[in-house]
Amino acid sequence: MNIHEYQAKAVLKEFGAPVADGVPILTLDDVQTAIDTLPGPLWVVKSQIHAGGRGKGKFLEAAAGEKGGVRLAFSKDEVMEHAKAMLGNHLVTAQTSAEGKQVNRLYVEDGADIASELYLSLLVDRETGQPAFVVSTEGGMDIEAVAHDTPDKILTLPIDPMTGVTEAAASKLCDALGLGGAAREDGMKLFPILYKAFTEKDMSMLEINPLIVMESGNLRVLDAKVSFDGNALFRHPDIMELRDTTEEDEKEIEASDWDLAYIALDGTIGCMVNGAGLAMATMDIIKLYGEEPANFCDVGGGANAEKVAAAFKIIMKDPAVKGILVNIFGGIMKCDVIAEGVIQAVKETSLAVPLVVRLEGTNVDQGKAILADSGMNIIPADDLDDAAQKIVAAVKGA
Amino acid sequence: MSILIDSNTKVIVQGLTGKTGSFHTNQALEYFGTQMVAGTHPRKAGESWTADNGASLPIYANAADAKDATGANASVIYVPPAGAAAAIEEAIDAEIPLIVCITEGVPVLDMVRVKAKLDRSSSRLIGPNCPGLLTPEQCKIGIMPGKIFKKGSVGVVSRSGTLTYEAVYQTSVEGLGQTSAVGIGGDPVKGTEFIDVLEMFLADDETESIVMIGEIGGSAEEDAAQFLIDEAKKGRKKPMVGFIAGRTAPKGRTMGHAGAIVSGGKGDAESKIAAMEAAGIKVSPSPARLGTTMVEVLKG
Repeated sequence: MNIHEYQAKAVLKEFGAPVADGVPILTLDDVQTAIDTLPGPLWVVKSQIHAGGRGKGKFLEAAAGEKGGVRLAFSKDEVMEHAKAMLGNHLVTAQTSAEGKQVNRLYVEDGADIASELYLSLLVDRETGQPAFVVSTEGGMDIEAVAHDTPDKILTLPIDPMTGVTEAAASKLCDALGLGGAAREDGMKLFPILYKAFTEKDMSMLEINPLIVMESGNLRVLDAKVSFDGNALFRHPDIMELRDTTEEDEKEIEASDWDLAYIALDGTIGCMVNGAGLAMATMDIIKLYGEEPANFCDVGGGANAEKVAAAFKIIMKDPAVKGILVNIFGGIMKCDVIAEGVIQAVKETSLAVPLVVRLEGTNVDQGKAILADSGMNIIPADDLDDAAQKIVAAVKGA
Repeated sequence: MSILIDSNTKVIVQGLTGKTGSFHTNQALEYFGTQMVAGTHPRKAGESWTADNGASLPIYANAADAKDATGANASVIYVPPAGAAAAIEEAIDAEIPLIVCITEGVPVLDMVRVKAKLDRSSSRLIGPNCPGLLTPEQCKIGIMPGKIFKKGSVGVVSRSGTLTYEAVYQTSVEGLGQTSAVGIGGDPVKGTEFIDVLEMFLADDETESIVMIGEIGGSAEEDAAQFLIDEAKKGRKKPMVGFIAGRTAPKGRTMGHAGAIVSGGKGDAESKIAAMEAAGIKVSPSPARLGTTMVEVLKG
């Protein structure tokens, strides 16, 4: 689960990380509070969307002006002007679609005098199975580009969970970031703080880009991007409250209510599959035969007829879907149960697009018989190759 | 021969009394009489659990008691996500040699803690978020459908459950059969990686060929490819067929499995396929042609 920058900073502040004072803006009325609370003389007005590259982004609407999604204000009037220009309009960045994302929230923050910009992130390093810091002196840049062009400017430092961030580890990070004086003192305190926040709140990623050294010599978290491990949210009700569903795909929200793994894609063939690996492979094979999948959908190992029907309805909500491929290898799931779910869903959605069903595994013969006897226009398939070819042919012929 | 488990393997079940644990324990007992010997439950010690076939399994308070009483050398875990890590740690403390965690949705940082403990122990963990493992006609631990297996010569290792079934089913249909199949699981931090299982298959005389199924995310497939290249230089090499799921997956999105994500410029399908092909693995573009591709590879 992702949260907004201002929420991430509030979480980090709880743990004692140095962040600027700021006020979140949900309506224009909040701007006055921001102006009254923050002393100036420099303010930063930042669009809050779940996508990176906001500063270099551009608004779709002409009324929002030419500037990007992060704007400096040198007077209180200018804070209000920027807020009015951005709020409610659509910001397009390198990480959004061409339609952009509607900016429903802003964050007004105290400005800072920047001496240098650094990069810092924390994630779980899969190779060591340990949390790892990734730091670089090249702050404010796209870290993937830095990793590609100048990998020697990045340090990855795994932390043994038995010891946490030792003095030696913090020192190493300070060295890699070239921190001296007050910044080094701040760093020695900050790295254990960030590690504590990361592990206690079950974060899956914590990215501070940039971490700045101010003219005063102190460190400050200038931007913060945090995502949480969805599997650990059950023990963090406070974090759950930070969820902003307006940032998520409506179909994906509904799918999560049914405990379905669903991801909307750009193609025309809807897929319903059991198992994440097989679901990905089903998307791949559709592409192999020349069409594009409309979604990833894993109904999981324990689906019943209702869940299958729910998945079907969610897939059908996508107007781009011109055909559906159901691919089930029933190990735990029984094929007759799947078949009943499919028939129930076809009836309830009065399905008007071609449907290919491939069943294999437990009770496969009963499952196939149920589909064949239903009198519905369901195209049976013997294996995954056969199924993919049939649905692609059906969609192209339509 | 087989790897990891055979007819002598004695299995305890952590989470036996739950719905999933009960269902799959019955299935395992039905599968060539897999030796399911006991269950654990912190508050039900002294009680027993009755299988569909009438067998009665004693319940112990914890993994250590169950192991001491039965001589079990493996444990399978069907405990819900919130308690799964603690269950694995309990099995490590009991010094059970083989621990198989089926549970999906274990928090990653719980697994970070478990892995640190595991690395300092003599136990092997398979999973979590895996279908388990199976040696045909001998032993079934986990949730794989026994019916699709056939005793034979192919070793199967996979990050995905249902794709494991595809590989097993297809090699059975082609008449090749399997020595053992191991689902290592779809989580980013797990107990056993491809390399561990490939090493065992290379060392196993009856395993004549290997199917390896990977997916996007991380670099375990690339590491495995390098391992195979190094082993081939020592003269250890077996015919292999591979598949990578997720060629069409968008970057930065988690595809069902917590570990299946292309992020930070790492983990995409193309680099994995290239690495596997460089190691001499015949990578099938279609998940439906794993069996037929293996037949072609074996013909030479």
